[in-house]
Amino acid sequence: MKVLINGETKEIAEEINLAELLERFSLSAARVAVELNKEVVRKKDWNSITIRDADKIEIIHFVGGG
Amino acid sequence: MTDSFVLAGKTFNSRLIIGTGKYRSHEEMQRAHKASGAEMVTVAVNRVPLDRATESFLDYLAPEMQILPNTAGCYDAEHAIRTARLAREALETDWIKLEVIGDKVTLLPDNEQTLEAAKVLVKEGFIVMPYFTDDLIMAKKLLDIGCPCVMPLAAPIGSGMGVQNPSNLKIMREQLPDATIIVDAGVGVPSDAAIAMELGADAILMNTAIAEAKDAAQMATAMNYAVKAGRLSYLSGRMPKRLYASASSPIEGAIK
Repeated sequence: MKVLINGETKEIAEEINLAELLERFSLSAARVAVELNKEVVRKKDWNSITIRDADKIEIIHFVGGG
Repeated sequence: MTDSFVLAGKTFNSRLIIGTGKYRSHEEMQRAHKASGAEMVTVAVNRVPLDRATESFLDYLAPEMQILPNTAGCYDAEHAIRTARLAREALETDWIKLEVIGDKVTLLPDNEQTLEAAKVLVKEGFIVMPYFTDDLIMAKKLLDIGCPCVMPLAAPIGSGMGVQNPSNLKIMREQLPDATIIVDAGVGVPSDAAIAMELGADAILMNTAIAEAKDAAQMATAMNYAVKAGRLSYLSGRMPKRLYASASSPIEGAIK
């Protein structure tokens, strides 16, 4: 299946949940937030949400800004 | 003299709020933050790069700092709302600097979209600190819907032009005596900061003026003094302006 993560199309072969997806990109749960199809997903729900074809995912962190 | 200001129930002893962008290094930013005396810093929300490991930028901020995430880069209410929600989830904070930009060249705020976003976010329990054009009516609307402060610009973001419309700030102060007014964006040098404070601003938020100074930490110190000086001046009440001279020394009794 294909998913859109931070604007990039990514091919995912097997069924995985959101927590596993973040691990794949070596993203630590600390101070990162995830949006699935424009809705924020709480950290506690990452394990229970399975990624589906055509999902749009945004993963954010913090950078310098004013 | 203690002259703290309270925002959403939290007391701040410094009236200078500073950004974290544009510094040449993390170390330089840390030195500037320390020198500024600021107790609140802004950070931006951004997509995590997927092709490389990243360290947490937040690790470079002093733990006692109040972190104020912003919605910079958002051009409509929907994106700003989504960004605010993501920031809250990541930082477990309700504080948000709401910034909805209307134009890429000037980075001037879209006041209408800002108000729309503020309405939604206030209802969701956010402490919304809105950046907007220095307009009294807009300030009233933002306060009416529950923003704990208003953040009018002094000049366009990163322009360093200083307070372009002092009358607007003065009118806002006079007409909204109980409101918390934080001048956000456009300060270039300490005298600009002092002018904004002398006009009655409760605090100032700045980034570029410090980060782009050749010596950021020294400029942060200067800004710290300027904000304090401007505040003391405002509290002291300035002398009236006169068109003609008024002698400081006695006219009578000089030798002839």
